[in-house]
Amino acid sequence: MLHRYPKRVAIIMLVLTALVATFPLWGEAAFGNQANFMLEKLTFMLILALFAMSLDLLVGVLGLVSLGHALFFGLGAYTLALASPDFSPASMWWMLPLVMGISACVGLLIGVLVIRTKGIFFIMTTLAFGQMLYYFVSTSRFAGGTDGVFIMFRPSLAIGESTLLDLDNPYSFFYFCLGMLLIGYLFLRWLTRSYFGQVLDGIHDNEHRMQALGYATGGYKLIAFVISGVMAAIAGMLAAMQYGFANPAQLGWHTSGEVLMMLILGGMGTIFGPILGAFAYEILLYLYEHATTHWPILMGLTIIVAVLVLPRGIAGLIIAPPWQRKRIMNAEAHETENAPATASAQPVTQSKED
Amino acid sequence: MDLAFFSVQLLNGLQYGLLLFLIASGLTLIFGIMGIINLAHGAMYMIGAYLVYDLTMRLGNFWLAIVVAIPIAIALGLIIERLFLDTLYKRDHLYQVLLTFGMILVLNEVQRIIWGGNVHSVSVPAPFDSSIQLTSNLRYSVYRLFVMGVCLALAGVIYWIIRHTRLGIIIRAGAVNRDMVEGLGINVRTLFTLIFSAGVALTAFAGMIAAPLTSITPGMGDSILITCFVVVVIGGIGSIKGAFWGAIIIGMATTFGSVLIPSLASMVIYLIMAAVLLVKPRGLFA
Repeated sequence: MLHRYPKRVAIIMLVLTALVATFPLWGEAAFGNQANFMLEKLTFMLILALFAMSLDLLVGVLGLVSLGHALFFGLGAYTLALASPDFSPASMWWMLPLVMGISACVGLLIGVLVIRTKGIFFIMTTLAFGQMLYYFVSTSRFAGGTDGVFIMFRPSLAIGESTLLDLDNPYSFFYFCLGMLLIGYLFLRWLTRSYFGQVLDGIHDNEHRMQALGYATGGYKLIAFVISGVMAAIAGMLAAMQYGFANPAQLGWHTSGEVLMMLILGGMGTIFGPILGAFAYEILLYLYEHATTHWPILMGLTIIVAVLVLPRGIAGLIIAPPWQRKRIMNAEAHETENAPATASAQPVTQSKED
Repeated sequence: MDLAFFSVQLLNGLQYGLLLFLIASGLTLIFGIMGIINLAHGAMYMIGAYLVYDLTMRLGNFWLAIVVAIPIAIALGLIIERLFLDTLYKRDHLYQVLLTFGMILVLNEVQRIIWGGNVHSVSVPAPFDSSIQLTSNLRYSVYRLFVMGVCLALAGVIYWIIRHTRLGIIIRAGAVNRDMVEGLGINVRTLFTLIFSAGVALTAFAGMIAAPLTSITPGMGDSILITCFVVVVIGGIGSIKGAFWGAIIIGMATTFGSVLIPSLASMVIYLIMAAVLLVKPRGLFA
């Protein structure tokens, strides 16, 4: 899928990245004594962006709507919490492979079952498996039940005796998360443009045709499911590192719904969209929470309005601004005339504007 | 486990299963005919329970409260279908999921504003607030038996409508090929409104008659929703028969699971679902 976006996409994303990366320089001036709190919020947004991006591989690229993605997020958090020693920090060099390994195994196990299903069945089964782990964790004693598990020490990143990056320092942790997000982004960008990504794109458009062409589509979908799960688990591990605990709420289906919301708010199928979506969602949440105690009403209404009027998200606005939309819509209407009715939820990448 | 205890559990499982059927049948009808996945279905169940709690307080009579609450539930279904879902029929499931998820947030918070975050209860209403002797050493709540009877009767009515009426023919045809039904001159628009309102009414009614049996809490809709998803996945989406047997299986599994293997009770239904998916990915009756 050689989707080329207009230049302004790259410019906007680079400017935003530079703005975020230089936060430690201007944060103090902008927020005063709130700067540390804001840095923490910003770090969490980076983590959520990684989480939302991982879901984009399933929902946007492959067209499989998962309502159980929080399963992997929570799995990463709990792996870190349960595998960390009590009185000394764990080493990042084995913690990261451990989180990736466990989430890959769980992803394979669940993936084999859910990949057999499609559409609404996929939504319901992913939701059910997510809730299965949720109930398992919140009723089991070893995982601390509904209280969750506290993490006493953040893992350390060191070579031999010398510390490479002091993750306890909020600034270095911030850059660590930013680095992880960038790696994740570059990886997904490479993946979606590779041969593998093209096959996924083909499955999204017409799975039967891909099968007729001789592709074992199940295997491709399973691998994509596992990759997406592993990335979400890494995001979950980072979230647990930041706040120092793993909690059943991280596994619950409300988290899955929220991350879907970030995806749609940002614009699915674009890889960069979910990053914008995660930031937008968290900023809105912050504003609403400060405005009223009944903020879920505002959030719910925002979700409803976004679905009704902005189905392609912020990325859609950037790629095809309203003042250029007429031309694009015409081109699209022409294109989708012969397409099957199921193609109604094409990702924004379909807009022909090269 | 002696026989009396076993029988009580069997009755409890049956009663829970039948109640689940009322909720799941609405979910499966709405999906089967309209192609809409309605996450707010559980919230409707919760609203049914709260409505009956509120109206019982005001009117002083449980039965009167139910009579007043049912039209309110139907009206709610009508409004939601006409206002929000109307635009979503042609869109992907993703948008339906998100819109109804947003609706859950709104409805849960509206509930919190009107009725607060406390746990409420409704006392078992007058003619049925006793228990009867089933065998020499087994007593059972009459209200639970009554709920079972009502659910069975409703299941029978649904079966009759779908099998033996003109509306049922349209519904069955709509589940197979919506466009063809429309092409034959049936007003699908009206059919959708009818189905959605009926589905919401069924769920809300389940919440109403369940109110004296359970504690009425803010999160009650969420947990029942997920359970009903499992029911529908096991039975096969869109199949009323599947919803019935799926509900009975899950009702029994939940009741006996919590007695026999308490440590794994919350996971039993998901394990059953995984097993069914392994053998029949589209459900038992699809």
